[in-house]
Amino acid sequence: MILTERSLKINPLQNFSKGFVKENPVFVLLLGLCPTLGVTTSAVNGLGMGLATTFVLVMSNTVVSLIKSLIPDKVRIPCFIVVIASFVTIVDLVMAAFAPALHAQLGLFIPLIVVNCIILGRAEAFASKNTLLSSAIDGLSMGLGFAFALTLLGGVRELLGVGALFGYKFISGDGILVFILAPGAFIALGYMIALINCLNKSE
Amino acid sequence: MEYILIIISATLVNNIVLTRFLGLCPFLGVSNRFSNALGMCGAVAFVMTLATIVTYLINTYILVPLQIGYMQTVTYILVIASLVQMVEIILKKVSPALYQALGVFLPLITTNCTILGVAILVVQKEYNLIQSVVFAIANAAGFALALILFSSIREQLDLVDVPEGMRGVPIALVIAGLLSLAFMGFAGIVH
Repeated sequence: MILTERSLKINPLQNFSKGFVKENPVFVLLLGLCPTLGVTTSAVNGLGMGLATTFVLVMSNTVVSLIKSLIPDKVRIPCFIVVIASFVTIVDLVMAAFAPALHAQLGLFIPLIVVNCIILGRAEAFASKNTLLSSAIDGLSMGLGFAFALTLLGGVRELLGVGALFGYKFISGDGILVFILAPGAFIALGYMIALINCLNKSE
Repeated sequence: MEYILIIISATLVNNIVLTRFLGLCPFLGVSNRFSNALGMCGAVAFVMTLATIVTYLINTYILVPLQIGYMQTVTYILVIASLVQMVEIILKKVSPALYQALGVFLPLITTNCTILGVAILVVQKEYNLIQSVVFAIANAAGFALALILFSSIREQLDLVDVPEGMRGVPIALVIAGLLSLAFMGFAGIVH
């Protein structure tokens, strides 16, 4: 909420760049951890999930910003959820048709984009109070920041786990298998957040 | 036997939090205190069982006959959201004591992905009604097991001298990773 009040009066460039580092949804705001940990077994999966979420985030922010004056205040959350769920269904069907392999990999986490707290959070905290353009930029910024974080985590896990990056194997041998499995996701993300905390402190 | 397999598989082998990565927000959010964790577990168990029954019936008797399976996500999330509201209102009237215990956690549950996740998993696994209910209860138990273990460990963490950068969420995530490692020991019991 504090972040929103501040971001009301900033220029489009700052609005766009905030999602990557300063207000990164994963590393700083700690939102949307379920898909972050669940799908990042490789950099490609992380990127796919990140871009799917970006699409939903941009579209839902745009639509919510357009219809904000039409929705009665009391039922706004259910309305936002329906808007979000519609776009998630679109992504689900499009992905099943054009990228079936990725769709199978991401599986359950595609419909679960609906309950990703970043999306509802941005609709409620930003899009319902701001103009169309800045809401769309906010969605793009947050979405790409999310995609960036997921790709980074996926890359780290893939590199440590199988010695490859984006499917291209350049370290021979087996790698540390645990980073591909469930425990590795928790541990890798824990150390990455710790690293970012330390960097922020030393600045 | 079949039900026992479902229970073991859902609580231990494919633990919903530590292996499937669902419900991490409440897992990290309310695990600071043991009593909060208990309240959250109760609310999740209650809503998960109810939501699975209702969404199962809607899927079998409305979505499938009308062949509108693609409306699943929209329907399910709306049903879950209204169900949570309804449970809140009913509990307030019928059992104020239970409402006191679970009340604060109920609104958080709409965006808890375990509920929607289990409702969708039941469809994917093609369970019948009784199997679905058993699956929901077993998953709620798995959630409770992970959350109670985790919150007990986190309470002890207050007394430990953690390096500065690791304080808070990072150390919690590493501990969750170690717990998950322990749960991997169950892999292979059930397929």
